[in-house]
Amino acid sequence: MKEKYLEDIKEIKEIMNRSTRFISLSGLSGVSTGLIALAGLTAAYLIVFQKQNWLIEQAVSIDATNLFYLLLIAVVTLGLSIGSAIFFTTQKAIKQSQKVWDQQSKRLLVNLAIPLLTGGLLCLLLLFKGFIGFLPALTLVFYGLALINASKYTWPELRNLGLFEIILGLIAMQFIAYSLLLWALGFGVIQVIYGLIVQKKYK
Amino acid sequence: MKEVLKDLDKAFENRIRLGIMSALVVNDYIDYTSLKELLDVTDGNLASHLKSLEKCGYVSYEKAFVDRKPNTNYTATEKGKEAFIKHIKAIEQLLQ
Repeated sequence: MKEKYLEDIKEIKEIMNRSTRFISLSGLSGVSTGLIALAGLTAAYLIVFQKQNWLIEQAVSIDATNLFYLLLIAVVTLGLSIGSAIFFTTQKAIKQSQKVWDQQSKRLLVNLAIPLLTGGLLCLLLLFKGFIGFLPALTLVFYGLALINASKYTWPELRNLGLFEIILGLIAMQFIAYSLLLWALGFGVIQVIYGLIVQKKYK
Repeated sequence: MKEVLKDLDKAFENRIRLGIMSALVVNDYIDYTSLKELLDVTDGNLASHLKSLEKCGYVSYEKAFVDRKPNTNYTATEKGKEAFIKHIKAIEQLLQ
């Protein structure tokens, strides 16, 4: 009798979880996007930022060639990150014999995309006005907000990762000279560490 | 003990019905196909349990068309949510 009800409760919890959260999101996708971000940042640093004086200027002017390179690096990095995230997540979903494209994953994507696209567009507008010093800070803040918003629909750990990103973003805004370093920490290092933690936990 | 047993809802004795309600109380609505995949049950099975929950007034549905295909969305009614919460509380008390 008691066992039957214990089983019931267990099943209720499991169904509630499975019906509201997209559980196939892979920890490896966190690791790969983190590494790709570090590579992209290195490229951007070597090509564009090395010549800027971060300590003095807050609104660094950027010429058309560098702007082109910066956008090119951003697009390639973003494309590779999204591609690798989709790849690892699809692999995991197949292994768990779950669907990749269902109500839960759609909900996850929509809620991730709203703050992320808002921040992305805002950063593009700022970029074209020449405020490149703000970009690392703002991308961190909006990415953090997006993760917190999405965490309701996948692993709850994403919420803490989001908080870290926001804090780093705010620090980067105050200390613009170090914002590239903080960006590397947030999008690269912490992302990789979190990916590994989640990968281990949800294996 | 007797008081607690009275709160246990006969409608949720069945695993599939319990599963349907668990999913519906945490989601605004779920369509038929997603529900079927979530619970891993056959059409006939799911339909008959949904019907019995409808009869109790615990579940309501809305038929719509998505890309010209029929699509039915199921929702837990207020009455259904209350009954479900009461049922879970009764189980928790029993387990204590």
